[in-house]
Amino acid sequence: MTQADEVVPLPTLTARPRMSMPSWAWLGTAPFFLFALLFLILPTAYLLVGAFQDVEGHFTLENLANLSQPSIVSAYTISLQVSAASALGGAVVGSLLASAVVFGGLPRWIRPTVVTFSGVASNFAGIPLAFAFLATLGRAGLVTTLLITVFDFNIYSAGFNLLSFWGLVITYLYFQIPLMVLILLPALEGLKREWREASEILGASRWQYWSWVAFPIIWPSLLGSTLLLFANAFGAIATAYGLTGSSLNIVPILLYAQIRGDVLHNPNLGYALALGMVVITGLSNLAYMVLRRRSERWMR
Amino acid sequence: MNRSRLGAWLSFAIGALYFLVPLIATMEFAMRIRRGQYTFDAFQIVLTDARFQATFTYSTVVALATIAVGTLLVVPTAYWVRLRLPHLRPVVEFITLLPLVIPAIVIVFGYLRMYNSSSLVPLTDTDLGTDILLTFGYATLALPYMYRSVDAGLQAIDIHTLTEAAENLGARWPTILFRIILPNIRVAVLSGALLTFAIVIGEFTLASLLNRPAFGPYLQLIGANRAYEPAALAIIAFAITWACMGLIQLFARQTQTAPAR
Repeated sequence: MTQADEVVPLPTLTARPRMSMPSWAWLGTAPFFLFALLFLILPTAYLLVGAFQDVEGHFTLENLANLSQPSIVSAYTISLQVSAASALGGAVVGSLLASAVVFGGLPRWIRPTVVTFSGVASNFAGIPLAFAFLATLGRAGLVTTLLITVFDFNIYSAGFNLLSFWGLVITYLYFQIPLMVLILLPALEGLKREWREASEILGASRWQYWSWVAFPIIWPSLLGSTLLLFANAFGAIATAYGLTGSSLNIVPILLYAQIRGDVLHNPNLGYALALGMVVITGLSNLAYMVLRRRSERWMR
Repeated sequence: MNRSRLGAWLSFAIGALYFLVPLIATMEFAMRIRRGQYTFDAFQIVLTDARFQATFTYSTVVALATIAVGTLLVVPTAYWVRLRLPHLRPVVEFITLLPLVIPAIVIVFGYLRMYNSSSLVPLTDTDLGTDILLTFGYATLALPYMYRSVDAGLQAIDIHTLTEAAENLGARWPTILFRIILPNIRVAVLSGALLTFAIVIGEFTLASLLNRPAFGPYLQLIGANRAYEPAALAIIAFAITWACMGLIQLFARQTQTAPAR
């Protein structure tokens, strides 16, 4: 109680000079907020508001209702499936790789090597990545031809096509796996050795340690990272465009065509399409942030 | 123990294969341009292509302008927020993360609506206006990377003491910012700049929709019309990404070892 009494006068003393400060201290951040407003927030808000307006600017929900037309629904479905498949694949392989680095007892040079290569690969997206996979798994790609000459196995006769759903997923995995490694590595390294030792001393088996101690701590990071991968794939366009042109009907490519030439014949429907994208990436990012906060409870 | 180490090596090997095979295949594909022999002709054709040189130069200039805009925007803001407005930090941090949440294609769609020829600020009317819009758009896309890098740099130095010392010696704020703070966080700024460069140099969506003669749309054009040159271009783009990331690591390592000397 006495401590609290002593503390009270202090904030009022220091608060006085600060009270007059904010009146122009915030000016220092004015250029930043102006920039963010003009080139990030207002342009996005323009579309989000437009999604609820008709051509004359009256309020309407018709654009959102029109999202239910078959071509748009199928675009969203394929996009969600591609994003989910590449996020799950990236999460599984990325977790295996990250845990191999952290717990696998590999030589010390492995960790910096994996981190560097992951940094490069997670940034190597877009059209060059599409080219690389065309040269690998395209009809004349190295792996395709090697499989034919060595094993007499033609993946294209077996039904594989790079310019399709699975082709896109495999290509996306090239940046999804390293992204997962980069996000998950710090979380895995946050698992303290003392926790493992404590559970071993208490007689826990390896399996018990993982299911009762490590996994409950790590699952928010796992799920959160997967959601981040999902959003990452959902907004991507350049890789898909470089790979399949406009033949694969995913949302970003449909939106690209809409911006280019109003293929939906209704500008405001285009806004609704953009709104849908922002809602999906926004929700997965929001969930990621909530989960990350949860996982940080143990990471101090 | 041995079994888990084997599993770890196996995971590592699969990861390494997934990373390396496409690169080897791309290189091999690019060298296949002459029937029956491996040559570097595809690279020569690409590098001597006038459009390659023009678009690459254009994208380099835009990338440098983006880095300048990003630095001038982020360094004073991150510094000021840390020094005087710590309660604004969550807000600023949230805004800098938004470009990761809002897809680039949505942002540029908004630009085309807000800055088209019938708007109040018709930036897309002139080439220069569109170049400015593209640069600002790239600065927006790079904001999360630039801000995080600079903010981490500021965290590592004692800005309060540095600022006070400079003020006591009579320095005004431009001196403090550009001759005290900036040199002290130059590695962080450089990392942010290199990441920005890696993102901007081959960017496709914004450049294509704003109709600018950048490297990204050129890549797409060559990809649609040629067989072997795209592979050579992919190798070049990969080398650029690699160089940027490698330089970041190099600089980071230098600062880590610097205090020990």
